[in-house]
Amino acid sequence: MTTNYLILSGLLFSIGAVGVLIRRNAIVVFMCIELMLNACNLAFVTFARQVGNLEGQIVAFFVMVVAAAEVVVGLAIIVTIFRTRRSASVDDANLLKY
Amino acid sequence: MDPVEIIQHTTGGVIGLSWLMIAFPLVGATILLVFNRYTNRWGHLLGVAMSLASFVVAVLAFVELLGLPEAQRRQAVHLWEFIPGMVDMGLLIDPLSIAFALLITGVGSLIHIYSIGYMSHDPDRRRFFAYLNLFVAAMLLLVLADNYVGLFIGWEGVGLASYLLIGFWQFKPSAAVAAKKAFVVNRVGDFGLLVGMFLIWTTFGTLAFAELKPITAENPTTLAIGLLLLLGACGKSAQLPLQSWLLDAMEGPTPVSALIHAATMVTAGVYLVVRSGAFFFPEGSGAALAVAVVGAATLLAGAIIGCAKDDIKKGLAGSTMSQIGYMMLGAGLGPVGYAFAIGHLITHGFFKADLFLGAGSVMHGMNDEVNMRKYGGLRTYMPVTFATFFIGYLAIIGFPLLSGYFTKEGIIETAVHAQPILGWLAVAGAGITGFYMSRMVFMTFFGEKRWEKDAHPHESPTVMTVPLIVLSIGSVFLGGYLILSNRLMDWLAPAVGAPAARPEFHFTSTTGLATLALVAVGAAFAWYKYGRAEVPAVQPRGSFLTTFARRDLYGDAINESLIMRPGQWLTRLAVFFDNRGIDGVVNGLAAGIGGSSGRLRRLQTGFARTYALSILFGAAILTGALLLVGNI
Repeated sequence: MTTNYLILSGLLFSIGAVGVLIRRNAIVVFMCIELMLNACNLAFVTFARQVGNLEGQIVAFFVMVVAAAEVVVGLAIIVTIFRTRRSASVDDANLLKY
Repeated sequence: MDPVEIIQHTTGGVIGLSWLMIAFPLVGATILLVFNRYTNRWGHLLGVAMSLASFVVAVLAFVELLGLPEAQRRQAVHLWEFIPGMVDMGLLIDPLSIAFALLITGVGSLIHIYSIGYMSHDPDRRRFFAYLNLFVAAMLLLVLADNYVGLFIGWEGVGLASYLLIGFWQFKPSAAVAAKKAFVVNRVGDFGLLVGMFLIWTTFGTLAFAELKPITAENPTTLAIGLLLLLGACGKSAQLPLQSWLLDAMEGPTPVSALIHAATMVTAGVYLVVRSGAFFFPEGSGAALAVAVVGAATLLAGAIIGCAKDDIKKGLAGSTMSQIGYMMLGAGLGPVGYAFAIGHLITHGFFKADLFLGAGSVMHGMNDEVNMRKYGGLRTYMPVTFATFFIGYLAIIGFPLLSGYFTKEGIIETAVHAQPILGWLAVAGAGITGFYMSRMVFMTFFGEKRWEKDAHPHESPTVMTVPLIVLSIGSVFLGGYLILSNRLMDWLAPAVGAPAARPEFHFTSTTGLATLALVAVGAAFAWYKYGRAEVPAVQPRGSFLTTFARRDLYGDAINESLIMRPGQWLTRLAVFFDNRGIDGVVNGLAAGIGGSSGRLRRLQTGFARTYALSILFGAAILTGALLLVGNI
């Protein structure tokens, strides 16, 4: 009965992962990360339901809090980079290397 | 008789205060060095005063010792516990140490006074006096200490002071090199003394003179100790094979040469041998024979070197080597020779100081020229210097009735009886002495003027001539006073023992007459070569023998080829091994790690998505692996 939810979760996670890997626009990459996080949340909640306790639900709340914090910091970074580099491409921010 | 027991000093008096002898010059040196240029104006006076104060204490201690019966004439003065359970620092006041202390402070003070005039134009005169005081203090500690550790501290202090004084004009590279050479060669001797002390400690469990017992039979250990102490004595006293520093030491100011050669430093080796005599150099032992052989070899070597030197100070340095050789020869003959060796040491202290200071006076008047080929005819221009130098000259060649005659004759006479071969070598050495000293006098004071154009010879100031006069008076009378009726022997007997049969001085013995004849021949030959004939202003090429002597008997060449070159090869080998072997491994390892990490860092491309992909792969592989082992 929970299988469908898990399949959906896997699909959402895969879409997110592929999006992170193939898209250059930082905003889109960011949204894909959110997608992956929410896929995880779905999986947690599903497992909580399946096992019959609340731990999975609690972890899902934690993930949301972390995701919210991450959005704040991440968007700020992206906006700042955009202001200085006039580009939102993750490939253009490549100064930190060998 | 045997040496008397050393007793602990209990009553007060000057003997109890004898540490003042060392303290005075030490305080002088400290004040002059600590308050350096603030003492510039009166520093030299302080130096002289401290040296004289030390002399006064020595005289008072001597007088007090004279008033004691013979059995109480060796007094140990305890100062403080030095190394608990091993060595107590203390002074030994006995006839031997007081004789040395009188010589060191007496002649030393005269040299101090002379230096006021000699160094008057030197901007660093105050520092010079500080070092002179340090030298005297160290030498006094050396002779007054009642154990080998104290002796060794003084020994090293003398080495340090001589280093500072020889290199006093350190802006001259030659002086700096000579100072270093003296220091390094002395280290070799110090090594011998130090190892000898180790052996004494492990064998006898004490380093105090009072606790060491005279040995009766020599065994391999005492022989080894004796030979090691002899090595130490050779270093300080410039005996073969450690003689090479002495001639270079002439780079120091002339009063230093006088101090090193007459009153201090080179006499330390003789003191060590005589002081250790009963313990390690008993009469007829192998070690004592080695001392005598070294002395005889050095007295000839020094005399031969002296014959070929044109530098007046180097000529005198050769003669010092030679005269110390006589003392060593005497000291190697046991108690019968000690009195003559010490007697010669004392008279030599006077006439050699006289000669050196005279040479300094000549240089003072001749713009510091040292080449005797540029002297000549100086006797009328420097009458006092000439007269005193001439007296010193007569004393050193052993002119009858002067100081050197009695003491040297005594050594030769004793040696001919005890070790005929060495004795006759000493006779030959006396003949050579007659030659080279006469050559020096003829070249300097007689003959044509061969001066440089701007030379204006003049007599030195009174502050320099008075010490010369005092020293020459000692050079005339001291020897006869000490040797006739065995005064010195009786005085030293409580400290070093005396032979059963008292020697009598014969004025007409065969060896004595033979020596005088040889000296006369030597002097006549010198007159024939340098008095009658004209002295060439440029050094002639000379025979093989002359070159041999000019090069100091190839002493430096031998040292270089036997010690320095192999040492260099060894260091080169070590450097090669270090560079290629040890550094190779370390550097190779570092280069390997550096190279591989240089390749690894290429993985950091800066593309965030590449990292994301690798994280994904990593996570996938990790998950796959966990699934495979079935832990999930």
